Amino acid sequence: MMSLAALGARALRVLQALGHAASFFVDLLRATPAALRRFDLVVAQIHAIGNLSLTIILASGLAVGFVLALQMYYALVTYGATESLGLIVNLSLVRELGPVVAALLFAGRAGTSLTAEIGLMKAGEQIAAMEMMAVDTRSRVLAPRFVGGMVSMPILAILFSTIGILGAWVVAVLLIGVDAGNFWSIMQDRVDVWRDVGNGVVKSFVFGIICTAVALYQGYETSATPEGVAYATTRTVVVSSLSVLGMDFILTALMYSTP
Amino acid sequence: MRATIHALHCRRLWHPDPTQADGLAWAATSIDLNSANLIEIDHVTFGYDASRTILHDVTLSFGRGKVTSILGASGCGKTTLLRLIGGISRADRGRVIFDGETIDARDASQLMRLRRRMGMLFQFGALFTDLSVFENVAFPIREHTDLPEPLIRDLVLMKLNAVGLRGAAHLRISEVSGGMARRVALARAIALDPELIMYDEPFAGLDLISMGVAANLIRTLNDATASTSLVVSHAAPECMAISDYVILMASQGRIVAQGAPKELMDSTDPEVRQFVRGEPDGPVKFHYPAQPLAEDFGLAAGSPA
Repeated sequence: MMSLAALGARALRVLQALGHAASFFVDLLRATPAALRRFDLVVAQIHAIGNLSLTIILASGLAVGFVLALQMYYALVTYGATESLGLIVNLSLVRELGPVVAALLFAGRAGTSLTAEIGLMKAGEQIAAMEMMAVDTRSRVLAPRFVGGMVSMPILAILFSTIGILGAWVVAVLLIGVDAGNFWSIMQDRVDVWRDVGNGVVKSFVFGIICTAVALYQGYETSATPEGVAYATTRTVVVSSLSVLGMDFILTALMYSTP
Repeated sequence: MRATIHALHCRRLWHPDPTQADGLAWAATSIDLNSANLIEIDHVTFGYDASRTILHDVTLSFGRGKVTSILGASGCGKTTLLRLIGGISRADRGRVIFDGETIDARDASQLMRLRRRMGMLFQFGALFTDLSVFENVAFPIREHTDLPEPLIRDLVLMKLNAVGLRGAAHLRISEVSGGMARRVALARAIALDPELIMYDEPFAGLDLISMGVAANLIRTLNDATASTSLVVSHAAPECMAISDYVILMASQGRIVAQGAPKELMDSTDPEVRQFVRGEPDGPVKFHYPAQPLAEDFGLAAGSPA
Protein backbone atom coordinates (compact mmCIF):
# COMPACT_ATOMS: atom_id res chain seq x y z
CA MET A 1 0.00 0.00 0.00
CA MET A 2 2.82 2.32 0.94
CA SER A 3 4.69 1.62 -2.28
CA LEU A 4 1.49 2.33 -4.24
CA ALA A 5 1.17 5.67 -2.47
CA ALA A 6 4.83 6.43 -3.20
CA LEU A 7 4.31 5.56 -6.85
CA GLY A 8 1.26 7.81 -7.00
CA ALA A 9 3.15 10.66 -5.35
CA ARG A 10 5.99 10.22 -7.83
CA ALA A 11 3.59 10.22 -10.77
CA LEU A 12 1.99 13.40 -9.45
CA ARG A 13 5.40 15.06 -9.12
CA VAL A 14 6.26 14.13 -12.71
CA LEU A 15 2.93 15.49 -13.95
CA GLN A 16 3.45 18.65 -11.94
CA ALA A 17 6.94 19.12 -13.43
CA LEU A 18 5.60 18.57 -16.94
CA GLY A 19 2.82 21.07 -16.36
CA HIS A 20 5.32 23.57 -14.99
CA ALA A 21 7.60 23.10 -18.00
CA ALA A 22 4.66 23.47 -20.39
CA SER A 23 3.55 26.65 -18.65
CA PHE A 24 7.12 27.99 -18.90
CA PHE A 25 7.19 27.20 -22.62
CA VAL A 26 3.88 29.00 -23.21
CA ASP A 27 5.20 32.04 -21.31
CA LEU A 28 8.33 31.92 -23.46
CA LEU A 29 6.24 31.94 -26.64
CA ARG A 30 4.16 34.82 -25.32
CA ALA A 31 7.30 36.83 -24.57
CA THR A 32 8.77 36.21 -28.04
CA PRO A 33 7.02 39.11 -29.87
CA ALA A 34 8.40 41.55 -27.27
CA ALA A 35 11.90 40.18 -27.88
CA LEU A 36 11.50 40.59 -31.64
CA ARG A 37 10.71 44.27 -31.11
CA ARG A 38 14.16 44.65 -29.52
CA PHE A 39 16.06 42.94 -32.25
CA ASP A 40 19.46 44.15 -31.05
CA LEU A 41 19.12 41.76 -28.08
CA VAL A 42 18.29 38.89 -30.44
CA VAL A 43 21.25 39.71 -32.69
CA ALA A 44 23.58 39.65 -29.68
CA GLN A 45 22.25 36.20 -28.78
CA ILE A 46 22.55 34.90 -32.34
CA HIS A 47 26.20 35.89 -32.09
CA ALA A 48 26.67 34.25 -28.69
CA ILE A 49 24.73 31.10 -29.51
CA GLY A 50 25.33 30.75 -33.23
CA ASN A 51 28.61 32.38 -34.22
CA LEU A 52 30.47 31.07 -31.22
CA SER A 53 29.28 27.52 -31.98
CA LEU A 54 30.65 27.65 -35.52
CA THR A 55 34.02 26.13 -34.76
CA ILE A 56 32.71 22.93 -33.20
CA ILE A 57 29.91 22.61 -35.77
CA LEU A 58 32.21 23.06 -38.78
CA ALA A 59 34.96 20.84 -37.39
CA SER A 60 32.48 18.09 -36.53
CA GLY A 61 30.70 18.39 -39.89
CA LEU A 62 33.99 18.03 -41.72
CA ALA A 63 35.01 15.00 -39.68
CA VAL A 64 31.63 13.34 -40.17
CA GLY A 65 31.85 13.98 -43.92
CA PHE A 66 35.34 12.42 -44.08
CA VAL A 67 34.32 9.30 -42.17
CA LEU A 68 30.98 8.92 -43.92
CA ALA A 69 32.58 9.03 -47.37
CA LEU A 70 35.22 6.51 -46.35
CA GLN A 71 32.78 4.05 -44.79
CA MET A 72 30.31 4.35 -47.66
CA TYR A 73 33.07 3.83 -50.19
CA TYR A 74 34.20 0.62 -48.45
CA ALA A 75 30.62 -0.66 -48.47
CA LEU A 76 29.70 0.39 -52.02
CA VAL A 77 32.91 -0.64 -53.76
CA THR A 78 32.07 -4.29 -53.03
CA TYR A 79 28.94 -3.96 -55.17
CA GLY A 80 30.49 -1.65 -57.75
CA ALA A 81 28.08 1.12 -56.75
CA THR A 82 30.53 3.88 -55.87
CA GLU A 83 28.71 6.26 -58.22
CA SER A 84 25.96 6.41 -55.55
CA LEU A 85 28.41 7.65 -52.91
CA GLY A 86 27.55 11.35 -53.31
CA LEU A 87 23.83 10.64 -53.07
CA ILE A 88 24.09 8.50 -49.93
CA VAL A 89 26.36 10.99 -48.19
CA ASN A 90 24.10 13.88 -49.13
CA LEU A 91 20.86 12.22 -48.02
CA SER A 92 22.43 10.96 -44.80
CA LEU A 93 23.63 14.44 -43.94
CA VAL A 94 20.70 16.64 -44.95
CA ARG A 95 17.99 14.27 -43.72
CA GLU A 96 19.46 12.90 -40.49
CA LEU A 97 23.05 13.51 -39.47
CA GLY A 98 23.09 17.25 -40.13
CA PRO A 99 20.06 18.16 -37.99
CA VAL A 100 20.61 15.51 -35.31
CA VAL A 101 24.37 15.73 -34.76
CA ALA A 102 24.30 19.52 -35.02
CA ALA A 103 21.49 19.58 -32.41
CA LEU A 104 23.44 17.29 -30.06
CA LEU A 105 26.51 19.51 -30.43
CA PHE A 106 24.32 22.58 -30.00
CA ALA A 107 22.94 21.17 -26.73
CA GLY A 108 26.48 20.52 -25.53
CA ARG A 109 27.97 23.84 -26.55
CA ALA A 110 25.21 26.49 -26.54
CA GLY A 111 22.64 24.74 -24.31
CA THR A 112 24.99 24.30 -21.38
CA SER A 113 26.22 27.86 -21.80
CA LEU A 114 22.66 29.19 -21.65
CA THR A 115 21.77 27.10 -18.60
CA ALA A 116 24.90 28.12 -16.73
CA GLU A 117 24.45 31.78 -17.63
CA ILE A 118 20.81 31.95 -16.53
CA GLY A 119 21.50 29.79 -13.47
CA LEU A 120 24.36 32.03 -12.36
CA MET A 121 22.27 35.13 -13.01
CA LYS A 122 19.69 33.61 -10.69
CA ALA A 123 22.30 32.65 -8.09
CA GLY A 124 23.78 36.16 -8.23
CA GLU A 125 20.29 37.67 -7.79
CA GLN A 126 20.57 39.40 -11.17
CA ILE A 127 17.21 37.94 -12.18
CA ALA A 128 15.63 39.14 -8.93
CA ALA A 129 17.27 42.55 -9.40
CA MET A 130 15.76 42.89 -12.87
CA GLU A 131 12.36 41.86 -11.57
CA MET A 132 12.67 44.46 -8.81
CA MET A 133 13.41 47.04 -11.51
CA ALA A 134 10.04 46.08 -13.07
CA VAL A 135 11.84 44.48 -15.99
CA ASP A 136 10.10 41.42 -17.39
CA THR A 137 12.91 38.87 -17.35
CA ARG A 138 11.09 36.57 -19.78
CA SER A 139 11.03 39.27 -22.44
CA ARG A 140 14.39 40.80 -21.57
CA VAL A 141 16.50 37.72 -20.77
CA LEU A 142 14.82 34.50 -21.88
CA ALA A 143 12.97 35.34 -25.10
CA PRO A 144 15.97 36.89 -26.95
CA ARG A 145 17.97 33.75 -26.19
CA PHE A 146 15.06 31.58 -27.29
CA VAL A 147 14.76 33.39 -30.62
CA GLY A 148 18.54 33.35 -30.99
CA GLY A 149 18.56 29.57 -30.55
CA MET A 150 15.65 29.05 -32.94
CA VAL A 151 17.34 31.11 -35.64
CA SER A 152 20.85 29.75 -35.11
CA MET A 153 20.09 26.03 -35.03
CA PRO A 154 18.83 25.61 -38.66
CA ILE A 155 21.72 27.71 -39.95
CA LEU A 156 24.21 25.63 -37.99
CA ALA A 157 22.62 22.41 -39.28
CA ILE A 158 22.81 23.65 -42.90
CA LEU A 159 26.47 24.57 -42.39
CA PHE A 160 27.13 21.18 -40.78
CA SER A 161 25.64 19.35 -43.78
CA THR A 162 27.39 21.62 -46.30
CA ILE A 163 30.83 21.21 -44.79
CA GLY A 164 30.12 17.48 -44.38
CA ILE A 165 29.39 17.13 -48.10
CA LEU A 166 32.55 19.08 -48.91
CA GLY A 167 34.49 16.78 -46.58
CA ALA A 168 33.04 13.75 -48.32
CA TRP A 169 34.00 15.26 -51.70
CA VAL A 170 37.60 15.73 -50.49
CA VAL A 171 37.86 12.09 -49.41
CA ALA A 172 35.86 10.52 -52.25
CA VAL A 173 36.95 12.60 -55.21
CA LEU A 174 40.36 14.01 -54.30
CA LEU A 175 41.77 11.15 -52.24
CA ILE A 176 40.02 7.99 -53.47
CA GLY A 177 39.38 9.06 -57.04
CA VAL A 178 35.61 8.70 -57.37
CA ASP A 179 34.40 10.51 -60.50
CA ALA A 180 33.63 14.12 -59.60
CA GLY A 181 30.88 14.44 -62.22
CA ASN A 182 29.15 11.38 -60.84
CA PHE A 183 29.53 12.61 -57.27
CA TRP A 184 27.73 15.91 -57.94
CA SER A 185 25.30 14.99 -60.75
CA ILE A 186 23.57 12.17 -58.84
CA MET A 187 22.97 14.59 -55.97
CA GLN A 188 21.42 17.14 -58.32
CA ASP A 189 19.28 14.44 -59.88
CA ARG A 190 18.02 12.59 -56.80
CA VAL A 191 18.04 15.06 -53.90
CA ASP A 192 14.78 16.96 -53.63
CA VAL A 193 15.09 20.48 -52.24
CA TRP A 194 11.79 20.45 -50.34
CA ARG A 195 11.48 16.80 -49.36
CA ASP A 196 15.08 16.26 -48.32
CA VAL A 197 16.75 19.59 -47.64
CA GLY A 198 13.54 21.35 -46.56
CA ASN A 199 12.55 18.62 -44.12
CA GLY A 200 16.05 18.62 -42.68
CA VAL A 201 15.77 22.34 -42.05
CA VAL A 202 12.34 21.88 -40.44
CA LYS A 203 13.83 19.20 -38.19
CA SER A 204 16.67 21.42 -37.12
CA PHE A 205 14.25 24.27 -36.42
CA VAL A 206 12.24 21.96 -34.11
CA PHE A 207 15.45 20.76 -32.47
CA GLY A 208 16.50 24.38 -31.97
CA ILE A 209 13.25 25.09 -30.13
CA ILE A 210 13.67 21.97 -27.97
CA CYS A 211 17.32 22.51 -27.07
CA THR A 212 16.96 26.22 -26.33
CA ALA A 213 13.73 25.88 -24.35
CA VAL A 214 15.17 23.02 -22.28
CA ALA A 215 18.37 24.96 -21.59
CA LEU A 216 16.50 28.09 -20.54
CA TYR A 217 14.04 26.14 -18.38
CA GLN A 218 16.81 24.29 -16.60
CA GLY A 219 18.69 27.53 -15.96
CA TYR A 220 15.64 29.46 -14.82
CA GLU A 221 14.39 26.75 -12.48
CA THR A 222 17.74 25.75 -11.03
CA SER A 223 18.33 26.06 -7.32
CA ALA A 224 20.61 29.04 -6.86
CA THR A 225 23.69 27.16 -5.65
CA PRO A 226 26.88 25.94 -7.38
CA GLU A 227 25.61 22.33 -7.16
CA GLY A 228 22.24 23.41 -8.49
CA VAL A 229 23.80 25.07 -11.54
CA ALA A 230 26.05 22.06 -12.17
CA TYR A 231 23.09 19.68 -11.94
CA ALA A 232 20.97 21.88 -14.22
CA THR A 233 23.75 22.01 -16.83
CA THR A 234 24.00 18.23 -16.87
CA ARG A 235 20.24 17.89 -17.13
CA THR A 236 20.23 20.25 -20.09
CA VAL A 237 22.48 17.93 -22.08
CA VAL A 238 20.64 14.77 -21.05
CA VAL A 239 17.08 16.05 -21.55
CA SER A 240 17.91 17.90 -24.79
CA SER A 241 19.74 14.94 -26.31
CA LEU A 242 17.02 12.41 -25.48
CA SER A 243 14.31 14.79 -26.65
CA VAL A 244 16.13 15.41 -29.94
CA LEU A 245 16.59 11.69 -30.58
CA GLY A 246 12.96 10.91 -29.73
CA MET A 247 11.61 13.79 -31.77
CA ASP A 248 13.84 12.84 -34.70
CA PHE A 249 12.20 9.43 -34.87
CA ILE A 250 8.71 10.97 -34.82
CA LEU A 251 9.57 13.60 -37.44
CA THR A 252 11.27 11.05 -39.70
CA ALA A 253 8.21 8.80 -39.51
CA LEU A 254 5.95 11.72 -40.38
CA MET A 255 8.11 13.20 -43.15
CA TYR A 256 9.25 10.10 -44.99
CA SER A 257 6.35 7.68 -44.45
CA THR A 258 5.61 7.69 -48.19
CA PRO A 259 8.35 6.50 -50.54
CA MET B 1 6.40 70.13 -5.67
CA ARG B 2 8.17 66.84 -6.19
CA ALA B 3 10.08 68.31 -9.14
CA THR B 4 11.27 71.25 -7.05
CA ILE B 5 12.39 68.95 -4.28
CA HIS B 6 14.14 66.78 -6.81
CA ALA B 7 16.02 69.73 -8.30
CA LEU B 8 17.23 70.77 -4.87
CA HIS B 9 18.26 67.22 -4.15
CA CYS B 10 20.21 66.93 -7.37
CA ARG B 11 22.27 70.01 -6.58
CA ARG B 12 23.30 68.42 -3.32
CA LEU B 13 23.87 64.95 -4.65
CA TRP B 14 26.12 66.04 -7.47
CA HIS B 15 28.54 67.49 -4.97
CA PRO B 16 28.62 65.10 -2.04
CA ASP B 17 31.20 66.01 0.51
CA PRO B 18 33.15 63.03 1.82
CA THR B 19 34.32 65.16 4.71
CA GLN B 20 30.78 64.89 6.03
CA ALA B 21 31.49 61.29 6.91
CA ASP B 22 31.43 62.23 10.55
CA GLY B 23 28.14 64.02 10.13
CA LEU B 24 26.01 61.01 10.84
CA ALA B 25 23.82 62.99 13.14
CA TRP B 26 22.74 64.93 10.07
CA ALA B 27 19.58 66.89 10.84
CA ALA B 28 16.56 64.88 9.91
CA THR B 29 14.30 67.17 7.95
CA SER B 30 12.16 64.55 6.28
CA ILE B 31 9.43 65.88 4.05
CA ASP B 32 6.06 64.42 4.90
CA LEU B 33 3.83 64.61 1.87
CA ASN B 34 1.29 62.42 3.59
CA SER B 35 1.17 61.27 7.15
CA ALA B 36 -0.21 57.81 6.28
CA ASN B 37 2.00 54.72 6.19
CA LEU B 38 3.42 53.77 2.83
CA ILE B 39 3.77 50.09 3.70
CA GLU B 40 1.88 47.89 6.09
CA ILE B 41 2.72 44.34 6.99
CA ASP B 42 -0.44 42.75 8.28
CA HIS B 43 -0.07 39.50 10.25
CA VAL B 44 2.37 38.04 7.73
CA THR B 45 3.66 34.51 8.07
CA PHE B 46 6.22 33.17 5.61
CA GLY B 47 8.63 30.26 5.18
CA TYR B 48 10.72 29.20 2.19
CA ASP B 49 9.57 25.67 2.93
CA ALA B 50 6.90 24.19 5.17
CA SER B 51 9.39 23.00 7.78
CA ARG B 52 11.02 26.37 8.47
CA THR B 53 9.06 29.50 9.30
CA ILE B 54 11.08 32.66 8.70
CA LEU B 55 8.44 35.21 9.68
CA HIS B 56 5.62 34.37 12.06
CA ASP B 57 2.57 36.61 12.32
CA VAL B 58 4.53 39.84 11.80
CA THR B 59 2.67 43.14 11.87
CA LEU B 60 4.55 46.34 11.08
CA SER B 61 4.09 49.65 9.34
CA PHE B 62 6.56 51.95 7.64
CA GLY B 63 5.91 55.66 7.62
CA ARG B 64 5.82 57.56 4.36
CA GLY B 65 8.82 59.81 3.87
CA LYS B 66 10.73 58.25 6.76
CA VAL B 67 13.99 56.37 7.00
CA THR B 68 13.17 53.17 8.88
CA SER B 69 15.92 50.76 9.84
CA ILE B 70 15.36 47.13 10.66
CA LEU B 71 18.08 45.73 12.88
CA GLY B 72 18.39 42.14 13.93
CA ALA B 73 20.51 39.04 14.00
CA SER B 74 21.32 37.13 10.82
CA GLY B 75 18.51 34.85 9.73
CA CYS B 76 15.75 36.66 11.60
CA GLY B 77 13.90 37.48 8.38
CA LYS B 78 14.96 41.07 7.63
CA THR B 79 15.86 40.42 3.99
CA THR B 80 12.81 38.18 3.61
CA LEU B 81 10.67 41.10 4.71
CA LEU B 82 12.11 43.24 1.90
CA ARG B 83 11.53 40.42 -0.59
CA LEU B 84 7.90 40.20 0.49
CA ILE B 85 7.45 43.95 0.04
CA GLY B 86 9.04 43.71 -3.40
CA GLY B 87 6.79 40.80 -4.34
CA ILE B 88 9.77 38.49 -4.98
CA SER B 89 8.30 36.12 -2.41
CA ARG B 90 4.66 35.61 -1.47
CA ALA B 91 3.38 35.54 2.09
CA ASP B 92 1.90 32.24 3.22
CA ARG B 93 -0.56 34.15 5.38
CA GLY B 94 -1.35 37.81 5.91
CA ARG B 95 -1.07 40.83 3.66
CA VAL B 96 1.65 43.20 2.50
CA ILE B 97 0.10 46.56 1.62
CA PHE B 98 1.94 49.14 -0.45
CA ASP B 99 0.33 52.58 -0.61
CA GLY B 100 -3.08 51.12 0.19
CA GLU B 101 -2.81 48.27 -2.33
CA THR B 102 -2.37 44.67 -1.25
CA ILE B 103 0.60 43.18 -3.10
CA ASP B 104 -0.27 39.99 -4.94
CA ALA B 105 2.92 38.25 -6.06
CA ARG B 106 0.88 36.25 -8.60
CA ASP B 107 -0.38 39.39 -10.35
CA ALA B 108 2.47 40.19 -12.74
CA SER B 109 0.99 43.42 -14.07
CA GLN B 110 0.38 44.78 -10.57
CA LEU B 111 3.89 43.84 -9.54
CA MET B 112 5.40 45.58 -12.57
CA ARG B 113 3.35 48.70 -11.84
CA LEU B 114 4.26 48.83 -8.17
CA ARG B 115 7.91 47.92 -8.68
CA ARG B 116 8.34 50.96 -10.89
CA ARG B 117 7.86 52.91 -7.70
CA MET B 118 10.46 50.90 -5.79
CA GLY B 119 14.22 50.56 -5.86
CA MET B 120 16.22 47.92 -4.09
CA LEU B 121 19.84 47.57 -3.17
CA PHE B 122 20.53 43.85 -2.93
CA GLN B 123 22.70 42.33 -0.25
CA PHE B 124 25.40 41.29 -2.72
CA GLY B 125 24.82 44.04 -5.25
CA ALA B 126 23.35 41.82 -7.99
CA LEU B 127 25.18 43.81 -10.63
CA PHE B 128 25.13 42.65 -14.23
CA THR B 129 28.62 41.30 -14.70
CA ASP B 130 28.50 41.52 -18.50
CA LEU B 131 27.93 45.28 -18.37
CA SER B 132 30.21 48.14 -17.34
CA VAL B 133 29.65 50.28 -14.27
CA PHE B 134 28.05 52.94 -16.48
CA GLU B 135 25.74 50.47 -18.23
CA ASN B 136 24.63 48.94 -14.93
CA VAL B 137 23.40 52.29 -13.68
CA ALA B 138 21.94 53.13 -17.09
CA PHE B 139 20.07 49.81 -17.24
CA PRO B 140 16.83 50.82 -15.47
CA ILE B 141 16.83 54.20 -17.23
CA ARG B 142 17.15 52.58 -20.65
CA GLU B 143 14.49 49.97 -19.79
CA HIS B 144 11.88 52.42 -18.57
CA THR B 145 12.46 55.65 -20.45
CA ASP B 146 13.07 56.84 -23.99
CA LEU B 147 15.48 59.54 -22.92
CA PRO B 148 18.11 60.64 -25.44
CA GLU B 149 21.59 59.24 -24.95
CA PRO B 150 23.20 62.54 -23.77
CA LEU B 151 20.58 62.86 -21.04
CA ILE B 152 21.05 59.25 -19.96
CA ARG B 153 24.77 59.89 -19.78
CA ASP B 154 24.27 62.95 -17.58
CA LEU B 155 21.83 61.13 -15.29
CA VAL B 156 24.12 58.15 -14.88
CA LEU B 157 27.14 60.34 -14.16
CA MET B 158 25.11 62.26 -11.56
CA LYS B 159 24.17 59.06 -9.78
CA LEU B 160 27.73 57.77 -9.96
CA ASN B 161 29.01 61.08 -8.68
CA ALA B 162 26.66 60.79 -5.73
CA VAL B 163 28.37 57.55 -4.72
CA GLY B 164 31.81 58.85 -5.61
CA LEU B 165 32.36 56.65 -8.65
CA ARG B 166 32.00 59.01 -11.59
CA GLY B 167 35.59 58.26 -12.51
CA ALA B 168 34.91 54.51 -12.51
CA ALA B 169 32.08 54.68 -15.04
CA HIS B 170 34.09 52.93 -17.73
CA LEU B 171 35.25 50.01 -15.58
CA ARG B 172 33.96 46.46 -15.92
CA ILE B 173 32.22 45.02 -12.86
CA SER B 174 35.07 42.49 -12.55
CA GLU B 175 37.46 45.43 -12.18
CA VAL B 176 35.81 47.06 -9.16
CA SER B 177 36.25 46.08 -5.52
CA GLY B 178 33.45 44.66 -3.39
CA GLY B 179 32.84 47.99 -1.68
CA MET B 180 32.80 49.84 -5.00
CA ALA B 181 30.38 47.28 -6.41
CA ARG B 182 27.96 48.01 -3.58
CA ARG B 183 28.18 51.70 -4.33
CA VAL B 184 27.47 51.01 -7.99
CA ALA B 185 24.46 48.96 -6.91
CA LEU B 186 23.36 51.86 -4.74
CA ALA B 187 23.62 54.23 -7.71
CA ARG B 188 21.56 51.81 -9.79
CA ALA B 189 18.91 51.48 -7.08
CA ILE B 190 18.38 55.24 -7.04
CA ALA B 191 18.69 55.69 -10.80
CA LEU B 192 15.00 56.41 -11.31
CA ASP B 193 14.43 58.20 -7.99
CA PRO B 194 11.90 55.66 -6.70
CA GLU B 195 9.32 56.47 -4.02
CA LEU B 196 10.45 53.55 -1.91
CA ILE B 197 14.09 52.56 -1.65
CA MET B 198 14.94 49.33 0.12
CA TYR B 199 18.53 48.88 1.21
CA ASP B 200 19.61 45.37 2.09
CA GLU B 201 22.83 45.66 4.09
CA PRO B 202 23.98 48.91 2.45
CA PHE B 203 27.03 49.22 4.67
CA ALA B 204 28.43 45.71 4.31
CA GLY B 205 31.90 45.66 2.83
CA LEU B 206 32.30 49.45 2.83
CA ASP B 207 35.30 51.20 4.30
CA LEU B 208 34.69 53.79 7.02
CA ILE B 209 34.67 56.77 4.66
CA SER B 210 32.35 55.09 2.18
CA MET B 211 30.11 53.97 5.03
CA GLY B 212 29.71 57.52 6.27
CA VAL B 213 29.06 58.84 2.78
CA ALA B 214 26.56 56.05 2.08
CA ALA B 215 24.74 56.73 5.34
CA ASN B 216 24.53 60.43 4.57
CA LEU B 217 23.44 59.63 1.04
CA ILE B 218 20.54 57.47 2.24
CA ARG B 219 19.37 60.25 4.52
CA THR B 220 19.87 62.98 1.92
CA LEU B 221 18.15 61.03 -0.82
CA ASN B 222 15.21 60.26 1.39
CA ASP B 223 14.64 63.86 2.35
CA ALA B 224 15.43 65.51 -0.93
CA THR B 225 13.26 63.24 -3.04
CA ALA B 226 10.53 62.80 -0.40
CA SER B 227 10.98 59.08 -0.75
CA THR B 228 10.64 56.39 1.88
CA SER B 229 13.63 54.29 2.86
CA LEU B 230 13.86 50.90 4.49
CA VAL B 231 17.32 49.96 5.66
CA VAL B 232 18.10 46.42 6.70
CA SER B 233 21.45 46.29 8.41
CA HIS B 234 23.63 45.09 11.24
CA ALA B 235 25.37 48.45 11.45
CA ALA B 236 23.52 49.80 14.48
CA PRO B 237 25.43 53.10 14.97
CA GLU B 238 24.99 54.16 11.34
CA CYS B 239 21.32 53.18 11.31
CA MET B 240 20.62 54.93 14.57
CA ALA B 241 22.25 58.08 13.24
CA ILE B 242 20.26 58.37 10.03
CA SER B 243 16.91 56.79 10.88
CA ASP B 244 13.65 58.31 11.95
CA TYR B 245 12.44 55.00 13.23
CA VAL B 246 14.18 51.77 14.17
CA ILE B 247 12.75 48.28 14.49
CA LEU B 248 14.63 45.58 16.34
CA MET B 249 13.76 42.14 15.04
CA ALA B 250 14.50 38.72 16.52
CA SER B 251 14.07 35.19 15.27
CA GLN B 252 10.93 34.48 13.18
CA GLY B 253 10.32 38.21 12.82
CA ARG B 254 9.48 38.79 16.47
CA ILE B 255 9.59 42.50 17.12
CA VAL B 256 11.79 43.14 20.14
CA ALA B 257 11.27 46.87 20.18
CA GLN B 258 10.56 49.76 17.86
CA GLY B 259 10.68 53.48 18.13
CA ALA B 260 12.81 56.56 17.59
CA PRO B 261 16.56 55.87 17.74
CA LYS B 262 16.97 57.85 20.95
CA GLU B 263 14.24 55.87 22.69
CA LEU B 264 15.97 52.63 21.83
CA MET B 265 19.39 53.91 22.78
CA ASP B 266 18.06 54.97 26.18
CA SER B 267 16.16 51.74 26.74
CA THR B 268 17.02 49.70 29.80
CA ASP B 269 15.47 46.51 28.41
CA PRO B 270 18.29 43.91 28.36
CA GLU B 271 17.31 42.55 24.92
CA VAL B 272 17.26 46.03 23.39
CA ARG B 273 20.57 46.89 25.01
CA GLN B 274 22.11 43.72 23.61
CA PHE B 275 20.96 44.59 20.11
CA VAL B 276 21.99 48.21 20.24
CA ARG B 277 25.40 47.53 21.77
CA GLY B 278 26.09 44.30 19.94
CA GLU B 279 26.81 42.31 23.08
CA PRO B 280 27.47 38.59 22.49
CA ASP B 281 25.71 37.43 25.65
CA GLY B 282 22.21 38.32 26.66
CA PRO B 283 18.65 37.29 26.01
CA VAL B 284 19.42 36.72 22.31
CA LYS B 285 21.50 33.57 21.96
CA PHE B 286 24.49 33.46 19.65
CA HIS B 287 24.25 29.69 19.15
CA TYR B 288 21.68 28.04 16.92
CA PRO B 289 19.51 25.71 19.05
CA ALA B 290 21.38 22.42 19.55
CA GLN B 291 21.66 19.53 21.95
CA PRO B 292 24.09 20.00 24.85
CA LEU B 293 27.75 20.27 23.82
CA ALA B 294 28.73 17.27 26.01
CA GLU B 295 26.27 15.03 24.15
CA ASP B 296 27.64 16.01 20.73
CA PHE B 297 31.20 15.27 21.81
CA GLY B 298 30.29 12.06 23.66
CA LEU B 299 31.26 13.47 27.06
CA ALA B 300 27.93 13.09 28.78
CA ALA B 301 27.62 10.61 31.65
CA GLY B 302 26.84 7.16 30.36
CA SER B 303 27.88 7.89 26.78
CA PRO B 304 30.17 5.30 25.13
CA ALA B 305 33.85 6.06 25.56
